[in-house]
Amino acid sequence: MTTLPEQTQKKLGLVIDLDICVGCQACAVSCKEWNTGGYSAPLTDQEPYGADPSGAWLNRIHAYEVGDGSTSRTLHFPRSCLHCEEPDCVTVCPTGASYKREEDGIVLVNPDTCIGCKLCSWACPYGAREYDVDDGVMKKCTLCVDRIYNDNIAEEERIPACVRACPTGARHFGDIGNPESAVSKLVAERDGQDLLPEFGYKPVNKYLPPRSRKNIAGDESMTPTASEKVSSDTISADGHALSDRLFAWADRYLSR
Amino acid sequence: MQPKVDTSAPVSDEVKTTTCYMCACRCGIRVHLKNGKVRYIEGNPDHPVNKGVLCGKGSAGIMQQYSPARLQAPLRRVGPRGSGEFEEITWEEALETATGWLRDVREKDPSKLAFFTGRDQSQSLTGWWAMQFGTPNFAAHGGFCSVNMAAAGLYTFGGAFWEFGDPDWEHTRYFMMFGVAEDHASNPIKTGIGKLKTRGAKFVAVNPVRTGYGAIADEWVGIKPGTDGLFVGALIHEMFRTQSIDLDYLVRYTNASWLVIDDEGSPEHGLFARDGDGHPLAFDKTSKTLVNAKLPEITPALSGSFKLESGQIAVPVFELLARRFLSASYAPENVADETSVPAEDIVRIAAEISEIAFSNEVVLDVPWTDWTGRKHDQMIGRPISMHAMRGISAHSNGFHTCRLIHILQILLGSIDCPGGFRYKPPYPKQTPPDLRPFGKPGQVHPSTPLGGPHLGFPMGPDDLLVDNDGTPQRIDKAFSWDAPFSSHGLMHMVINNAATSDPYPIDVLFMYMANMAWNSSMNVPGTLDHLTAKDPDTGEYKIPKIIYADAYASETVHYADLVLPDTTYLERWDCISLLDRPISEADGPADSIRYPVVEPDRDVRAFQTVLLDLGARLQLPGFVNDEGAPKYPGGYPDYIVNHERKAGIGPLAGWRGEDGDAFGVGSPNPQQLEKYIENGGFHLHEFDPEQRYFKHANKAYLEWAFAKGFRTSDTPIIFQLYLEPMQRIRLAAEGFGNNVPPAEHRERLRTYFDPLPFWYRPFEDQHNETEFRFHAITQRPMAMYHSWGSQNAWLRQIHADNRLYMSRERAHDLGIEDDDWVWISSPLGRVKAQVRLMLGVNRDTVWTWNAIGKRSGAWNLAEDAPESQRGFLLNHLISELLPQRPDGYRYSNSDPITGQAAWYDLKVSIERASDAEQGLTSPRFEPLSSPTSIEPAERLAYGAGFVRNSSN
Repeated sequence: MTTLPEQTQKKLGLVIDLDICVGCQACAVSCKEWNTGGYSAPLTDQEPYGADPSGAWLNRIHAYEVGDGSTSRTLHFPRSCLHCEEPDCVTVCPTGASYKREEDGIVLVNPDTCIGCKLCSWACPYGAREYDVDDGVMKKCTLCVDRIYNDNIAEEERIPACVRACPTGARHFGDIGNPESAVSKLVAERDGQDLLPEFGYKPVNKYLPPRSRKNIAGDESMTPTASEKVSSDTISADGHALSDRLFAWADRYLSR
Repeated sequence: MQPKVDTSAPVSDEVKTTTCYMCACRCGIRVHLKNGKVRYIEGNPDHPVNKGVLCGKGSAGIMQQYSPARLQAPLRRVGPRGSGEFEEITWEEALETATGWLRDVREKDPSKLAFFTGRDQSQSLTGWWAMQFGTPNFAAHGGFCSVNMAAAGLYTFGGAFWEFGDPDWEHTRYFMMFGVAEDHASNPIKTGIGKLKTRGAKFVAVNPVRTGYGAIADEWVGIKPGTDGLFVGALIHEMFRTQSIDLDYLVRYTNASWLVIDDEGSPEHGLFARDGDGHPLAFDKTSKTLVNAKLPEITPALSGSFKLESGQIAVPVFELLARRFLSASYAPENVADETSVPAEDIVRIAAEISEIAFSNEVVLDVPWTDWTGRKHDQMIGRPISMHAMRGISAHSNGFHTCRLIHILQILLGSIDCPGGFRYKPPYPKQTPPDLRPFGKPGQVHPSTPLGGPHLGFPMGPDDLLVDNDGTPQRIDKAFSWDAPFSSHGLMHMVINNAATSDPYPIDVLFMYMANMAWNSSMNVPGTLDHLTAKDPDTGEYKIPKIIYADAYASETVHYADLVLPDTTYLERWDCISLLDRPISEADGPADSIRYPVVEPDRDVRAFQTVLLDLGARLQLPGFVNDEGAPKYPGGYPDYIVNHERKAGIGPLAGWRGEDGDAFGVGSPNPQQLEKYIENGGFHLHEFDPEQRYFKHANKAYLEWAFAKGFRTSDTPIIFQLYLEPMQRIRLAAEGFGNNVPPAEHRERLRTYFDPLPFWYRPFEDQHNETEFRFHAITQRPMAMYHSWGSQNAWLRQIHADNRLYMSRERAHDLGIEDDDWVWISSPLGRVKAQVRLMLGVNRDTVWTWNAIGKRSGAWNLAEDAPESQRGFLLNHLISELLPQRPDGYRYSNSDPITGQAAWYDLKVSIERASDAEQGLTSPRFEPLSSPTSIEPAERLAYGAGFVRNSSN
């Protein structure tokens, strides 16, 4: 069994805005291409041109319909490791290969000591771990640990590949343990949520819920204006009454 | 305790900055190379299109580069056509074969060559090649893509949706998106809606399907396919009814005040009243006289009847427009059933638009001067923006529907104002652009260039490409009475027409990058029959010779006689030109290049270089120098730098002139490509603030655009609410003029060539047999572009098969459960598919992902790949022809104005397949054999070599 650090100096994580995620897969594929040549290399693929193509991905996107009738909506949900503060996936590891970093809270797997027993993937309720069948070891989101501190990358680009790629700006990265960080402020402002908090793993990543939809009713600025209240029953069969009114208005307006 | 992790490993040995081609978006990319292989592709933060982000397709470019479906060498067919039996030949043999076939055609009758390109990003070269060859038969894929959008926009306001303009993402407060599937355009729309939602603007998605962009809309209007025009007509009705119209804008920028002759039965009926100099007339209320309507300082009447010198009566456009849309047929309560949008929602949306447009103006403190010289202290805008795409364009009523959207924008005063819809240069053009199609009788001669461009914008019957009997002059019948304003041609009809010799047979069909034997054709089984049909008397193929150029083993490769293998987008030079489809931003023109970032490892050549080579071998004017030697011996990069279309104007606008300091116009600069590469592969010219809005009437912009060759004059663009060229066609259909259509075309032309837009049921609904009650449409997923992605080892893990999506409620009525297999039937046949039930779909609509279904064995995928076993195409159900006219003639299944393929018109019936029929799609075609000897890998461990320091 593997122990967790008593506390971590930072709580690095992702904040994912479900209000603007369109489910485009940019983050998932960017993650795949970065990590297949990075810390987790390779992320292998089986039957890539065959009957049942599959492979290791550290970030997967799901689409759901939630609600019913006129209140239903389509929701896109990116799923990757949440870098929990108290993750069972680490404590169940028999070799110490799974560990939580003291300096930043990132949960990593050491491929040299991982024996591929899969206990961690059974322990994770979020399905965030990926067993690489060809490599025989467990893989998972590293928060691009080989990007975010990388001196060979321009400072403003030292962010996870998924955040770098996201076209809608739905993904944010930072220290959620620091209340003054931009991500913490965003979480506070938008009421960021933990995923399945009842399990008690204290996920670091947060999901920003969809904002309430504008209008439908409610929004005062959207109530019809006075001119709207003209009853449409003034239309005669050929529309003449309305057009006469329109032409008179236009005539007055342009004769100002 | 903690293992030491190398967090600062070098990313790559080298970074090259070029342009993506995983879809048509053309984002800037940085390609990281390690050990000579592609390590990582990321968005270029400095690039105007994507500003650093990158979509899933773009990131998967690595797998496109190393795909086993890449063609390896030129191929010559040795078995029967379609058998896939080829032999590899040398490039010299391939080029000499092609030259022999083409030379023969050119010397006898150039029109026997049909040269059609697909998702071609080099149309200014391919079109020029076809022009110099002399055939009238050239176009790209626009006829089945977006010509309804292009033509409706360009005739109406000199711009267009799609990539030719953008909502003002920074300032818009209300954004309506019509019929946009998930990919057009890819990153700019995603970035834009992310931005506007974060800012709190309202986003309304009008779409039968609620996925992708629509999923995050504040309001989803689940409209019935093909009825958007009626919905918009009702919004226009509401704008007129509530007097929510920008009258100043109409008077300044449109033909609202122009007088239309009302003299039914006369040859002038419906034309503009004009003065002796040809200027349109308006009635000036101040002087109480008829005056040149284009004069700035008049107070024109927008309603009333005015007597002309001829004694005829004339009425302002505004009055005609208002009367049409105030009629009861466009009243919200009367369109609700047809559109399936409740009347109260239409009234509310109209009120919201009105509120935002007229009570929430955006004011920029930027002084500007209009074309008359009047100075304005501020730029004042109505922050309503709209965007539309395939769901509008791919219907047989798409031209008028798109016009309706533009009319709504114009009535609100929201074209090219702050917060509105913005032009991207070189737009705006004249309404329509000053370009007429060539290829009339007498314009095609052996061994002679065509004399002008193939594609243009007819102003009336005299610009059509027909002979005295009304016979079309082009193989696709573009610019004929079948589709007079078919400004992008009708690529979708070429194979059918050529095989049936209607209007004439051809000798060589030459295609580039268009999967016409599969997902790019309507009626695939019929298309395959045409490709393999033989003349019973001679035993020869009815289409005698087919040359096809592509980089990958698509379904179409099998039907070629000669295959010219292209390079990948990371291996070749390309030029995304202002002469073609540029990457401009609303704030300034931009163009870009691709350059080879990896070396080809196969015997392939870039198609553009091959085309230049063929041009030289054929001794085409412009392709050889005075001695007959190749004019561009360095291939495409040589052409990109040194070709001049007009003096000083070439494919790239940046760093022209000997010193490289000229933009737009300047002599060729030998260092030009180096400058592009240094700058990340693109050039962006940023406008001065005073040039950025109201470009249709902005003096500083118009003068600049004229000087740079973007425009043929510095006169303003006048929005055409009323489209006189349409009326000219209509008058011809009534028998007026020298150039009149044959009698059998006349009723159709009279009906649809209405100079004011109107809504009509799509043709399939008009002919609909009631058993086919569902509308069936497709969407392109965000992670897959056409069929290109299907061979991509990563992208096919996201989409390897496709479901038929339908409404939970309707499925229940039909006894269909989630995951059941169903038969989808149309009058043309039936296709079997597995369903996925959902809520976010119009209840009368079924839909699926586009181009996921593959033919077994194509693209070098396994014969039992899910793409062919469970994936399916709706194309098999869409007829390329409309039902017979009484005389037996069949029009193409296209918009009657533009010839746009109406593949969203499809209607189908759905029934559950029997228990024994579950599990596999149908029809499944004979598997194709791979045209290459490449064995696809059974496993991939891409990237292992980058960290373990071995070659992968």
